[in-house]
Amino acid sequence: MKDKNRIMRKQNLIGRLFVAPPVLLFLIFTLLPMAMAIGLSFTDYDIINAPKFSGLHNFKKMIHDEFFWIALRNTCYYTVLYVPLGLLLSLGTALFLNSERRMVGLFRTLFYLPVLSSSVATATLWFWILNPQLGLLNGILGIFGIDGPAWLYDSKLAMLSIVMMSLWAGFGGNMMIFLSGLKGIPGTYYEAAKVEGAGRLQRFRYITMPSLTKTTFLVSTMLIIGTFQVFDQAFVLTKGGPGNATITLVYYIYNNGFNNLNMGYASAISLVLFLIIVTMTIINQKINKAEI
Amino acid sequence: MRTKKTFGDISWYAGACLIALVTVYPLLWMVATSLKPEKEIFSNSLSLLSKNFSMNNYKDVFDTIPFLRYFINSMVLAVSGVVTNVFLGALAGYSYAKLKFSGRKLSFAILLSSMMIPGIVTMIPQFLVLKYFPLVGGNNIFGQGGRGFINNYAAIILPGAVGAFAVFFMKQFFETLPDDLAEAARVDGCSEFKIFWKIYLPLIKPAAMTLGIMTFQSGWNAFMWPMIVLNSKEMMTIQVGLSTFQYQYNTSYGPLMAGTVIATLPTLLLFVFAQKYYIQGIAFTGSK
Repeated sequence: MKDKNRIMRKQNLIGRLFVAPPVLLFLIFTLLPMAMAIGLSFTDYDIINAPKFSGLHNFKKMIHDEFFWIALRNTCYYTVLYVPLGLLLSLGTALFLNSERRMVGLFRTLFYLPVLSSSVATATLWFWILNPQLGLLNGILGIFGIDGPAWLYDSKLAMLSIVMMSLWAGFGGNMMIFLSGLKGIPGTYYEAAKVEGAGRLQRFRYITMPSLTKTTFLVSTMLIIGTFQVFDQAFVLTKGGPGNATITLVYYIYNNGFNNLNMGYASAISLVLFLIIVTMTIINQKINKAEI
Repeated sequence: MRTKKTFGDISWYAGACLIALVTVYPLLWMVATSLKPEKEIFSNSLSLLSKNFSMNNYKDVFDTIPFLRYFINSMVLAVSGVVTNVFLGALAGYSYAKLKFSGRKLSFAILLSSMMIPGIVTMIPQFLVLKYFPLVGGNNIFGQGGRGFINNYAAIILPGAVGAFAVFFMKQFFETLPDDLAEAARVDGCSEFKIFWKIYLPLIKPAAMTLGIMTFQSGWNAFMWPMIVLNSKEMMTIQVGLSTFQYQYNTSYGPLMAGTVIATLPTLLLFVFAQKYYIQGIAFTGSK
């Protein structure tokens, strides 16, 4: 009995010791910064001088800041295009690959390859692909007699180009998640439905779709959180241009915080972005719940 | 019936080849461009083949910028991330799965919730915490006077040493193992660390490999945070170096593609040799 007590006491100590590193790191690099972000949003801070309390000034400034609204609009534009297209493309290819044919594994690997490149490598490659005169895309369009546009140099098409590139680079990862979701649906469901005389479409609508609700929710949540924080692609491909067409919210936060040293203002925008992401995630949750 | 099936097969394979062409052709074209002399890049840009393949573009990248240094920096950072995340993640995951201690449920819930906080919100304050960290990089006890952890490997390694994901991931795998493995060892007076290290850890090797690969990939490919905290020329990572190279020499497509190939090679090779661990990692993400 005494022995057991000793073991329990020891475990209590060792257990806490083993989890100490992640807990400490969380306190120093997540909780403290979170509190600082809230605090800094109400100050004027340029790193060189001590933060000055400025009340709601940063938030009022945001309302009248033309560039904030441009960045928000660009980010929304990217999200509205990328999230649904990304979902459709990854679900579509997953359904396509959910087959018993030969060489499915090989094609799965080939579809997945672009995911392995970093965002910078992908953007550098696409900078070349989208070159108006020599690039691969306009070259292929040229074969079909189409005179391709200037893509990244056209303010109307620049963001669309970034969406196109992100789809190419990212769909494979979510396709794999959907595939593992599809593999989890018991084959007996489909057999039973076949016996009942359900057609292909009906089987998709009443078995596949409902079984994938959880996966769809997961993928769409990750997509939304990711797209509202889009930065790398716009930074490498277009530096926010042409004519601010690809300035995103995170890009604007980065510029304010690290180029203009408006740390207070940058923190205020990041807090607003945080609230936007939380709201969108909740809305997404409601939509997914309604579908069940 | 038979012809219908064959027709279905043919159109499936045709579709599969078409999609594969879209995903793979640009990558092949990247490699082809990196091997072409400049003249041919402009005269014969679309072709995958060339009569004069050469490695000159690769030589150019290393001559123009300290690309080898960037490569080493990235390798050091990515490998450190793997070591700390796998070891500390396993340690904490094991503790949450197998040990009883006070504050267990609460601290785990808090860690989990931290996965929901988007990185951008904590980015600026995290930079400040690193810059004003007391007693390092020339800082005094109040964090003034020096540069703290900025332009030091620790600026990446320390905040990312063990994320909530690593702990959560490892905990799931330790939970599948039986409790009584430890009982006998405990009675024999074996230390808790030894039980973890000698008995439990070897049993989840595949999971540790999977976590290691995922950590390596995200460390190697990271861009924004390394750009912010490692900005001096000799501390840059390969991704940051490539992006500045792209900015400065944006018409030297040959060397540019050579740099891109090199920056992609490690993750590509890892994928080729450890594909089954990748699939496991993805299956786990899907089942969260």
